[in-house]
Amino acid sequence: MVTRTHELSDADVDAIFHALADRTRRDIVARVIEREQSVSALAERYAMSFAAVQKHVAVLQKAALVRKERDGRQQIVHAELERLRRAQQLLDRYEQLWRHRVDRIASILDEEGP
Amino acid sequence: MTVIDVQKDTTALTLTFVAEFDAPVDRVWQLWADPRKLERWWGPPEWPATFTRHELHEGGTVNYHMTGPDGTIAGGWWTVTAVDAPRMLAFDDGFAADDGQPHPDMPVTHAVVTLEPVDERRTCQTLVSTFPSLESLEELAAMGMEEGMRQAMSQADAILAEG
Repeated sequence: MVTRTHELSDADVDAIFHALADRTRRDIVARVIEREQSVSALAERYAMSFAAVQKHVAVLQKAALVRKERDGRQQIVHAELERLRRAQQLLDRYEQLWRHRVDRIASILDEEGP
Repeated sequence: MTVIDVQKDTTALTLTFVAEFDAPVDRVWQLWADPRKLERWWGPPEWPATFTRHELHEGGTVNYHMTGPDGTIAGGWWTVTAVDAPRMLAFDDGFAADDGQPHPDMPVTHAVVTLEPVDERRTCQTLVSTFPSLESLEELAAMGMEEGMRQAMSQADAILAEG
C-alpha cells in the first residue's frame, strides 16, 4: 500500500540528513530562507572562522539545500526553496493522517458519553 | 474536539499535532491503553486495525495489522520506549514484513504522545512524530494521502447511501 511519489537516492537522503544534523547548518538554512546572504555576512553571526562557515555552507550545498552564486567578490548563499517546500508538502500530507485519527478518537469519546 | 495547533519543522522533520478532547485524561488514555479501543481509531474505516500484541511497558512490543477492502493485510509494530500512565507514551512505529517481523527496509517513526488535563472534563493531547529521513517521509506521506482519499470515499459512500 506504499507508493512513492518522488524518489530520492540513498545518497541524496544521506547528504540531507548529514547536512541537517548540525545546529549551525540548520541555523544557516533558517537565515537564508528569510533572505539570501553572503558567506561573510553569515560568518559574522557565528563564533567560528570564515573557513568553518564556508565548510558548513559546502555541506548544505552538497545536500542541495542551498546554492552559492558569485556576485563580484562575494559568494551569495540562496535557499533551495523547491527542496525545502517538498519536505513541507510531505509533512502536510502526514498531518492529514493524524487529523483523521484525532477525528475518530473524538467520535469514540463522544459515543462513550461523559 | 478541536485541533489546537499543528507545527511542521521541515529541517528537523517533525510534526507536532495538538488536539483537545472533551473527556478527562483517564478516558483518553484508555484509547491508547486498551487495544480494543485503539483498533477502533488507528486504522481508517476501510482498513480496520487488529492489535494482536499490546505490551504497554518500556521495551514492550505492540503488533497490529490492518485489513483492506480486498483482504490485503498491512502489518505494523511499535516498540514502546517510555510510558508514564496516564500521561505519556513514547514508541517507535514501523512496518512489518509478511512474517510479522519488523520490515528491515521500511521507515521507523518515533512518536511521543502527552496527555494533559485542561480542566476536569477536557484533555489536551500533544503528539510529536519524528521522521528519520525525507525518504521515509515520502513513503509515510503517500500512505497518509491514500488514507485521506479513503476517508473522503467512505464519507461520500455514506452520503450516497442516505439518498
